[in-house]
Parts: sequence; C-alpha cells; structure tokens
Amino acid sequence: MVVTEASTGDVARRAQVDAVIRVHDLEVRFGEKIILNGLNLDVRRGEILGFVGASGGGKSVLMRTILGLATKKRGKILVFDKDLDTLSVRRREAVERRWGVLFQHGALFSSQTVRQNIQMPMREYLTMSERLFDEMAALKIELVGLKPDAADKYPSELSGGMIKRAALARALALDPEILFLDEPTSGLDPIGAQEFDDLIATLQRTLGLTVFMVTHDLDSLSGVCDRIAALADGKVIAEGPIETMMASQHPWLRAYFHGSRARRGSLETGHFRSSLRRDD
Amino acid sequence: MRPKRRLTLKPDAVLHRAEGAVVVDLSGDWSAPNAHECEAEAAQVLAGVKERAAVTLNARGVARLDTLGAWVLSRLVHDLGEQGAPATITVTQPAHKILFEEVRYRPLPESHRTRQFLVPDMLADIGKVMVDAMKDLVNGIAFLGSFIAGCINVIMGRSRFRFASLVAQLERVGLRSVPIIVLISMLVGGIIAQQSVFQLQSFGTVSFVADLLGVLVLRELAVLLTSIMIAGRTGSSFTAELGSMKMREEIDALRTMGLDPIEILVVPRIVALLIGLPLLTFISSMAGLFGGGVVAMLYGGVSPEVFLSRLQNAIGINTFVVGMVKAPFMALVIGVIACIEGFAVSGSAESLGARTTASVVKSIFMVIVVDGLFAMFFASIRY
Ligand SMILES: Nc1ncnc2c1ncn2[C@@H]1O[C@H](COP(=O)(O)OP(=O)(O)O)[C@@H](O)[C@H]1O
Ligand SMILES: [Mg+2]
Repeated sequence: MVVTEASTGDVARRAQVDAVIRVHDLEVRFGEKIILNGLNLDVRRGEILGFVGASGGGKSVLMRTILGLATKKRGKILVFDKDLDTLSVRRREAVERRWGVLFQHGALFSSQTVRQNIQMPMREYLTMSERLFDEMAALKIELVGLKPDAADKYPSELSGGMIKRAALARALALDPEILFLDEPTSGLDPIGAQEFDDLIATLQRTLGLTVFMVTHDLDSLSGVCDRIAALADGKVIAEGPIETMMASQHPWLRAYFHGSRARRGSLETGHFRSSLRRDD
Repeated sequence: MRPKRRLTLKPDAVLHRAEGAVVVDLSGDWSAPNAHECEAEAAQVLAGVKERAAVTLNARGVARLDTLGAWVLSRLVHDLGEQGAPATITVTQPAHKILFEEVRYRPLPESHRTRQFLVPDMLADIGKVMVDAMKDLVNGIAFLGSFIAGCINVIMGRSRFRFASLVAQLERVGLRSVPIIVLISMLVGGIIAQQSVFQLQSFGTVSFVADLLGVLVLRELAVLLTSIMIAGRTGSSFTAELGSMKMREEIDALRTMGLDPIEILVVPRIVALLIGLPLLTFISSMAGLFGGGVVAMLYGGVSPEVFLSRLQNAIGINTFVVGMVKAPFMALVIGVIACIEGFAVSGSAESLGARTTASVVKSIFMVIVVDGLFAMFFASIRY
C-alpha cells in the first residue's frame, strides 16, 4: 500500500526540496507570552540542520512542538509529509517510531540502568531474542563511546557527558530516520564534543539520518552542520550554510558569529574542526 | 496490536551452491522493524551451511540496512567462521560498506544477570530488614542530635533564626490543615457519640455519653487523629520536598555556600510541627466534642446543658493535659522521620516514591507506638 497524505498548498509550493519536516507559519505561546511567531522551517532529507538562537529564545519549544509535546496556537507541521494532528493514534505511533530524541537534560529514566533505558523502546516495538536485545544495547553503548561498564549504571551514577551519550544511545535504539538533538555537546569537554560531532556525522552518513540539532557550539555548526537556521523574535531570520550566516548583516547574527568567542575559535581562521563531512 | 510499518520488505536469504562454494543472496529490509525475521533468516543460513566451504554473503540486493541488520549479518559471518565455513560479505552501496565497518561483529561484554534463589534470598531479605531497622534507629537518634544542635545554634544566636520560613511552614502545617482536621474530628466524635448512645440506651444512662466522649476524645482520639493526618499530609510533603531537593543537588548547593541544611530546611519544619501539632490537637479535641455533642442532642436527646454539666463532672484538667502533652512528641517523631527519609532519597524517581511511602508508614507506626508507651506511662503513674 502506498502511503501518501493529502498535500497542502504549502507543500506544493515548496515541493522542489525533499523535506522530512516542514513547519509552516507556526505560533506558540505560553499565556500571553508569544514564543514562536509565524515560524517557517524546512528540514531536508539526509541533512544535519544546526538551529541557533538566544538562550530562552524558543529553540527547545520549537523542538517540543514538532514532537507534539507542546501545543501550537496556529500553523502546520508536517513530518514525513504527514500532519501529526490529523493522524490516528496508530499511525502517529508509527511516525514516532521513526524519530529519536535527545532531550536537553538527557531525560533518562532514573529508575532504570543505561542498558534498560536503551532496551526500553526496543522491547516496546520489536520482537527478537534476549541475546540480540543485549547485543544491540551493548552495540549502541559502544557506538556512542561509552565504556561497557556504564551499561549497568543508573543515571544518577553518570557524569553529564555520559548522560548525553547514554541518552543518544537510547535515541538511536530503534535506528530512527530523524534524530532530534537539543544542545548535545553542551557540558562536554572539547574532545568529547568533537567525538560527539564525529559520531553524529558518521551516523548521518551510514544510516542516512536527518538530524535536527539545537546547538550553541560554533565548532559543531562549522564542522558537521550542512545548513544552519537562526531563530530570533520567534522567527527564522536566516537559513543557509555557515558562509551565509557569516555574511549576514543581522545584528544578532553578527554578534553571534563575529563575537570574541567566534574569533578565538576556529571560525575565522578557517581551520574547521572536522573534515569528516567531505563526502566521498 | 503493535503498529507495523508498511512498505517494508521481509528480509530474505537464499542459498545457492556452485563449484564447492556457497553463495547466499540477501534481499529485503534488514532493519529493526524486521528484527525477528532477520534473526530467523540468519539462523536458517547458519543451519543450512553444513559443509566446510567458503561462503559469500551477497548483500547487493539488500534494500534497507541499519545497525541491527548489519549486526545480525556480521554475527552470521562470525558464527559461520566458528563452524569452519569462512564467510565474507560483498557489498556495493558505500553507505552499507561504512555501516558494516562500524558494526563489525566483536564479542560484546556479557550482561550481568544476577541469579535468584528463593530461600537464601528470603533469608537475606529478613536479615537486611533487621539491619535496616537498627540503622534507622541509630540514624534517627543521630538526626535528632543534629536537629537539637541546630536549634541550640539558633537559640544561642550563632545562626540566624529564619522567621519567615517558620511562618510559611506554620501556615502550611497548621492553618491549611485546620479544615480537614475539624471535619474528620467532628465526624469521628459524632460516630462515637452515636455508638455510645446506642449502647447506653439499654441501661437508661444515655447522658453518660458525655463521659465516654470526653475521656476518649481528649486523652486519645484527638492527638491520634491529628498525628495520623499530619503524618500523611505534612510528613509526606516534607519527604518529597527534601527528596527532590536532594535529587537536584540543591542540598549540596546549600552546603557549598557554608549553610547547614539542617538549620535552613529542617529546623523551621520541625519547629513548625512542634507548634502546629499541639494547636491542631486542641482544635481537634474541640471539634470532636462538638460533633459528639451535636449527635448526642439530635440522636440521644441529651440537651446541651446536661451534656456540658456531665462533661464538666467527668473530665479533669489531667484528661486534657494527657492528650496535649503527647502532641509535641508526635510532632518530633513525624518531623524527624520525614526529614530523614527525605535526605535518604537517592538519584531515582523510584526512590523518591519509595521514601515518601516509607515516611508515612513509619510515622504512623511510630505515632501509635509512642501513644502506647504514653498509655503505659500514665497508667503506672495513675494520672
Ligand atoms: N512550559 C512552559 N511554560 C511557560 N513558559 C515556557 C515553558 N517552556 C518554555 N517557556 C518559555 O519559553 C521561552 C523559550 O524557552 P526554550 O525554548 O526552552 O529556550 P531555548 O531557546 O533556550 O531552548 C523561555 O522564555 C521560557 O521561559
Ligand atoms: Mg533549550
């Protein structure tokens, strides 16, 4: 059976790009406070999109709204060309199985070990032998760069970086097609952050992942992101590769990409941290 | 039913034999949604290759491949090798090639599943409970000590008395508990009066209901009802608050600022209980007598004048004092247990729940034990 949802005018207009997530004219508010105000954004298939914006600007809120965790006032969100609001519960679950989420603070289940955390979505959705459950958990743990002995630890026994990695392993449990990452490298040391970026890039290449990454890490932005979208005043004010961002005249973007932190780092010297993204 | 993704092709493996070599043609989706089929196909291949010959797994026809599929296949290669049939995978898609490199089979650390034995485990549990009970007692005494030390520090002026915090706690512990305590005490007083009237009717001494009610409510019921309500209502919230502060390292944050969590968090709470519980006990006594009096009048036909004069006859100041004296001890028991349990919360949400339950159960149990001790004490001094 071929599954295609009714196209909207908006979809038709932007049909030339193959987008897995389309956000159109989104408005989200808490009480009287407007957080997102007419936001438009496309995330293309197979890309790593870096999403930047001031702290408290609404990046996490956008992610939560796409995931259906926050309610929107107005606008349309299509994931895999399906409007999640109109889907039946079963079809919605089928979509939810195809994305993995790394929350800003990890959101590991505190009463389960790392292994149990990773196996939780697998056990819900997949049938396989006990041996394969254990092997897959161990494989994911190794893949995200955790030591094997982390498997039987509880989240309260992990460091901040280990929590991020364990949460990523859980997000990857079902081999998702879209990966949502909320500030994945914040709180990691530069080497750890570098490894994390490399890992994301490798996964993206091997699994054909689409990655939506909220980040403040300028190295991640220049190193692994294919495109960057910048959020200000509840809208996406600029979209494009790092060069577009650097060239933008918007005062906030200028301050962000040309501030002293950016200059001290690798952005302006041209020594980008990662060359992994050069495709073969 | 679990949702199944449509449009997935079942994974398939077909064996060919040609000139002493074995070729396995793979096709379909070797991916997580087909986990069960992937495993089954791989097991079939493993069982199908009986000879010691070179095996080629031809993965050109594979449509979708993810870490699960790649793992199952490279595990198959390994297992075939163990059987004496050296195997290789041929891949054309670059993405699949990288995936097979990332997910190459290697022995992964075994998971440690602890074995369970019924009888030894049960004995071990009993032993653990006994040791824990002893530890609880020691902890309780140590905690009481640090609470008293904190109080002394405050009294001696060595640390600031947090008046605002005390008032806030007092409002929560005391004021906001008044309605429910009044309601419950009135109902229980009424029920006891009704039962007493019913039994006393056969002796024709209905007005003695005031004696029964007065002694029962003032000596025992008011303080017990109040303490149990407060253990459930306030003790549990103390444990949950302190526990979630502990979980989020807020208590560690206080310590690093050179502030003593006992003085800041515990002293105001327990002092509020020490003030609030006697007041609530008094209110509960009055409400119980009132409820009983109303029922005695409506159901037993005892007029208020008769009820009050009998009450005056039946109870002395000692009846009242016995009830009130117990209240601060109950407050101490509830407060100390609630705070100890709160500080004992570890990282997980589960432990917060378990500690909150433990706090309420232990407080109520200890309240009743303490009440029993007091009963023995007052009986032996004939008060
Ligand atoms: N559940 C909520 N209720 C009220 N306000 C919220 C809620 N969640 C987020 N906000 C507000 O929305 C704004 C954006 O938050 P967030 O998306 O978390 O910022 P960031 O861009 O740093 O991730 C903030 O001002 C925050 O106070
Ligand atoms: Mg955020």
